Amino acid sequence: MGSGEEFEPKIVAFLCNWCTYTGADLAGVSRIQYPPNVRPIRVMCSGSVDPMYILKALLDGADGVLVGGCHPGDCHYVSGNYKARRRLAVLSAILDEFGIDSRRVWFSFISASEGALFAKTVGDMTAALKALGPNPARALWIA
Amino acid sequence: MRTGVFVCWCGLNIGGVVDVPRVVQEISGYPGVARAVDYRYMCSDPGQQLIKDTIREERLDSVVIAACSPGMHEATFQSVAESAGVNPYRCEIANIREQCSWPHQNEPGEATRKAIELVRAAVEKVRGDEALSALSISVTRRALVIGAGIAGMQAALDIAEAGHEVVLVERLPHIGGHMAQLSETFPTLDCSQCILTPKTSEVGRHPRIRLLTNSEVESVSGYVGNFTVRIRRRATYVNWDLCTGCGLCTEKCPSKTPSAFERGLAKEPAITIAFPQAVPHKPVIRAEACRHFTSGRCGVCEKVCPVGAIDFEQQDLVLEEKVGAIVVATGYDLHPKAKVGEYGYGVYPDVIDGLEFERLNSASGPTQGEIRRPSDGKVPKEVVFIQCVGSRDQENGYPYCSKICCMYTAKHARLYKHKVPDGQPYVFYMDVRAGGKGYEEFVQQATDEGVLYLRGRVARVFQDGDKLVVFGVDTLSGKKVEIHADMVVLATAVVPASGAKELARALKMATDQYGFFSEAHPKLRPVESLTRGIYIAGCAQAPKDIPDTVTQAGSAAAKVLALFSAERLSHSPTVAAVDEELCSGCGVCVEACAYDARTLDVRRRVAVVNDVLCEGCGACAVACPNGATRQKNMARSQVLSMIDAVVG
Repeated sequence: MGSGEEFEPKIVAFLCNWCTYTGADLAGVSRIQYPPNVRPIRVMCSGSVDPMYILKALLDGADGVLVGGCHPGDCHYVSGNYKARRRLAVLSAILDEFGIDSRRVWFSFISASEGALFAKTVGDMTAALKALGPNPARALWIA
Repeated sequence: MRTGVFVCWCGLNIGGVVDVPRVVQEISGYPGVARAVDYRYMCSDPGQQLIKDTIREERLDSVVIAACSPGMHEATFQSVAESAGVNPYRCEIANIREQCSWPHQNEPGEATRKAIELVRAAVEKVRGDEALSALSISVTRRALVIGAGIAGMQAALDIAEAGHEVVLVERLPHIGGHMAQLSETFPTLDCSQCILTPKTSEVGRHPRIRLLTNSEVESVSGYVGNFTVRIRRRATYVNWDLCTGCGLCTEKCPSKTPSAFERGLAKEPAITIAFPQAVPHKPVIRAEACRHFTSGRCGVCEKVCPVGAIDFEQQDLVLEEKVGAIVVATGYDLHPKAKVGEYGYGVYPDVIDGLEFERLNSASGPTQGEIRRPSDGKVPKEVVFIQCVGSRDQENGYPYCSKICCMYTAKHARLYKHKVPDGQPYVFYMDVRAGGKGYEEFVQQATDEGVLYLRGRVARVFQDGDKLVVFGVDTLSGKKVEIHADMVVLATAVVPASGAKELARALKMATDQYGFFSEAHPKLRPVESLTRGIYIAGCAQAPKDIPDTVTQAGSAAAKVLALFSAERLSHSPTVAAVDEELCSGCGVCVEACAYDARTLDVRRRVAVVNDVLCEGCGACAVACPNGATRQKNMARSQVLSMIDAVVG
């Protein structure tokens, strides 16, 4: 938890190298400020994000997981973002079944030129996770 | 593992927010870290020297640089590591500037915490990194250019002039593309044929250009430097080796049908040379129009041919060519007639499109360059030009701007005014987009010469006697406008050439939602496709005018030449790999791959990776149900440890 009383969620973000990771760089270059709650992990493509990574992060105690990819039609690898979108739709349905709120997992299309959108997404997600409260999975699974 | 961690201050860029000494202190005791040091500017020469010296002193086998984004200096630090004996693929970057100090300037405590975790994650990643070396690929120094319009010809000439062989494939029997149909060109009004024919004849006789007209690319396999292309050369029914191009057959042929080159405004014989300056200057028989093929009762051309070149038995030929690079220059078509019903195009003969107007203007066209309307051959005294027909029209056409229409409409209106001085041209426009050298002046000249510009859309065009009534609105005066015109010219949208989608599939290239070929990056890689070794030029990529097309074609040629200048090509080794013990040969990876890099070895019942085709996206590794496929240096175990490092 961060300083003070308020709950500070932790977000693990899998960012595609070509669009969202570069967009996140742009946010920094533009000095756009956003909450430091996010931990980016650079992946080559959102389509390479194994659902297991998301589960792992949630079970480890991350309060949210963000997957960022190129906009539809813009995937550097032709169709990886569509694969990611389908995979995450399936995963969300399963998460709810297992008592993990699927609102903890976000998938966003953020291009390399959308630094502001990246910052806004992290800000919105942080606020949403604060409203949801700490991820109970840690308490349930990690004694 | 002996990892060195090098934390950069980047002056105050990082050090002003992140507590760098604290990061160094925290990471020093981390498992596998042999040494952690900081420096004010790690990318500077002394900073690089510090890394090299530390690698040697500490006998490091891997390094983590905590600094700016990998996009900035990953390559720099990889080569520093390599020069001191560390495999460059065992060098990782922790991005603590763009993604930490800069966006969290007011929260130094949290930024420091985040930096520590990002560095830990990088240490975890490098722990699993394999020592790799770049893959090496041979290059066939021979190019394929698809499409022989101005784009394809320019690219072919530039490559051939630099000393390399070019296979130039054109679907039509002749080269020159749409430019051969144009009368004059903006913004200089010089004759299109006059500037084009020196190029067509140069292409036709160039010793290093293998010209295959009446031919189409059927399939492409292989990868950069090593493509194999199958080309179908359709039967012409004329033995071009014997034919002298005398034209006797075309004069005597009794079957006349509308000419595609003349956009249906004139007829041509079934055995035809499309236009007088055509290269190659050899006829083809259009089987669908030829009486010999349709009824079996003609053979006039065969009788009159003085050299016995007619060959009704000729078959298609399928050729195989090996090339190292491909330029796609397939050009454009105009938005089809059937889709602009409200303007009566295709119903009223005197409603024509821009290319038809070009033919009416052309000295070699159906009216020998006199402006005469198609229905009755009268010289039209009032001509309405309508812009943005199908372009910038979300509902009935395409949202994009076709880019060339403002200029060619101004040209058409001016040419009409020059030829019919007492005539009145009207132009309905949305905006005049005349960006380009000498373009705005050219449009201004049109208004000075008496072309009447009306800002607004036309609602309807209908026939009334021998007039075409044009109902529109002038949005500047707010008044309805009704013009009784003799002819209407539509600036119809530029769309991808027919067959572009099929070709994209054969080349495994991406297209946008309209079917134009997608460039690798809209700003920084505008002529490269996403497939290495395949480049795009001209209207195949997006609507553009002749100067832009020639520029892009030259740029595509330069890319091909750069590729050919390398002794061997290198390819990233961070590709997919298969643990054959775990592989069941199910083939899910084959379907997941967008690059045909994954195939099944049927005999051994295992999936294999073609390293040079693999782009390292990781899609197959996720899809693999057994965990048999992994992406090198991005293995599952690496990612899981990174997650632990940032969450744990």
